[in-house]
Amino acid sequence: AVGRVLRLCRRWGAGPCAQTLRLICTTTAVQKRNVGASGPEKYTEAFIKKQIEEFNLGKRHLANMMGEDPETFTQEDIDRAIAYLFPSGLFDKQARPLMKHPTEVFPEQRKIQWGEDGRPFHFLFYTGKQSYYSLMHETYEKFLNVQKHQDQLTAQDLPLQKEKRNLAGSRWLTKIELEEMLLEKVSDDDYSRFIQLLQKLVALPCADIEEKYIQKFSKEVPVQLQKVVIEPLQHDERGVAFSTGEGKRKTARATAIVYDNGTGKITVNGIDILHYFPVLQDREQLLFPFQFLGRIGKHDMVCTVSGGGRSAQAGAIRLASAKALRSFVTEKEVEFMRQAGLLTVDPRVKERKKPGQEGPRRKFTWKKR
Amino acid sequence: DDKLLTEPLSHPDFFSVKELFTLKDLFDARVHLGHKKGCRHRFMEPYIFGCRLDQDIIDLDQTMQHLQLALNFTAHVAYRGGIILFVSRRRQFCHLVESTARACGEYAHTRYWQGGLLTNAHIQFGPGVRLPDLLIFLSTLNNVFEPHVAIRDAAKMNIPTVGVVDTNCNPCLITYPIPGNDDSPTAMELYCKLFRMTIIRAKDKRRQSEAIEELQ
Repeated sequence: AVGRVLRLCRRWGAGPCAQTLRLICTTTAVQKRNVGASGPEKYTEAFIKKQIEEFNLGKRHLANMMGEDPETFTQEDIDRAIAYLFPSGLFDKQARPLMKHPTEVFPEQRKIQWGEDGRPFHFLFYTGKQSYYSLMHETYEKFLNVQKHQDQLTAQDLPLQKEKRNLAGSRWLTKIELEEMLLEKVSDDDYSRFIQLLQKLVALPCADIEEKYIQKFSKEVPVQLQKVVIEPLQHDERGVAFSTGEGKRKTARATAIVYDNGTGKITVNGIDILHYFPVLQDREQLLFPFQFLGRIGKHDMVCTVSGGGRSAQAGAIRLASAKALRSFVTEKEVEFMRQAGLLTVDPRVKERKKPGQEGPRRKFTWKKR
Repeated sequence: DDKLLTEPLSHPDFFSVKELFTLKDLFDARVHLGHKKGCRHRFMEPYIFGCRLDQDIIDLDQTMQHLQLALNFTAHVAYRGGIILFVSRRRQFCHLVESTARACGEYAHTRYWQGGLLTNAHIQFGPGVRLPDLLIFLSTLNNVFEPHVAIRDAAKMNIPTVGVVDTNCNPCLITYPIPGNDDSPTAMELYCKLFRMTIIRAKDKRRQSEAIEELQ
């Protein structure tokens, strides 16, 4: 309601013409109390149930509209149908129209913690952080169990097991993952205390008993190389083994073909490197992968490169040749190359100029007056 | 329903808590050992039997009486379906107290006490929360040897308290103090066992009485 007569003012102390009407125009939005202070919106179970029913009904309607079978209408079909019926040019994928199951849309929330008679369900409810403290309680119980088992073994004079857990391949859960698991906020202090307790538990000799429990809180860290697939060697008509690689640096893009049983000849865009790269620094960059592996005179290379300047092209060819050499070399040496930085794409590009400044970082000359 | 609630009040010891412990049990569990003379609190002097080689000895006869009153009270509260909260800030016995509470089906708080837990409950937990009807302190002091905040808060919120007070504690605001040792593991295990047995006994008796009422 825009335009509401809010006040009827009276002029104080004055004589006969005392009343003045003041029309104050406001909207209902201003009159509402501070809604944000009540905290995040809480969804009741009944509300979620209704949303699920509406979603299922809507799914069948959508299937009918698209002319497909309502029984076998999957989430991917829904996404495709929505993208077709409501085309959106927005860049942000999360801003486009979306139809997903309510459990994915509404975040998981804590339901009411106590029963009809008012008694809370969890025995640590009155601490405030019931999930976190019950987790600490359980972990400490496992710790005491392991100690008891150890005492029993020492009483029977049996040797304590000492199989070393592979610490390098696993990490503990991060704070955010722990928060998701417990569905409540965890402070930094609490998180570090929990990790310390877990480490204490793992440090005991007989910790293998509670291996299953500990695995709930540790995650595998896959070694970097496992994700990258190294292509096998190919052979050309003469029977010589070769391998290709692609590389880039700034705006330069390069492809390199490295041949085996060679004499160390390198050709760039059909031109020998001595003529293409007159500067020593660029030629050193090209030779670095070979020098690192100790294979300077053993391979031939033919490359094509475009874009960028001389330094950028040299860097691009270096990356391409290093990638090609992976197929000739053992896994350990590939790991050495990776740690030397030969297989990483250099992310540095020219920074843009900002308005109000002369360059990316340089500001205009400051004049005192 | 009225009869169920008024009948236990007419007997002085409806749940026969006197049978649960004897003076010898208390002595064997080292309940009579207090702190040194220098740590003595002024208000604990009536409960102290004497001082031997600078160490205070608590009068076990008085402890027996106070313990019987306290256990009787907890039994009545448990019989009426009240919420019991075990509080202790001793790190050694935190696990023991929590397991006792879980075994009884009651609640425990042996962690850092957030200021507005009792006094600001409706904002911390949500509207419609039910506060505890009895607080049992297995150690009245917190980690810096000061009286636990919960004693004062429970007095503010009119919640009765039962507490084990050692010779360096202040028994003033506690409704049913139990003068006794709160440092030895044996003493704490004894208290946990006694409270657990009384609460379970009271709850069983309630279920029996309700079953009998339904049959009639």
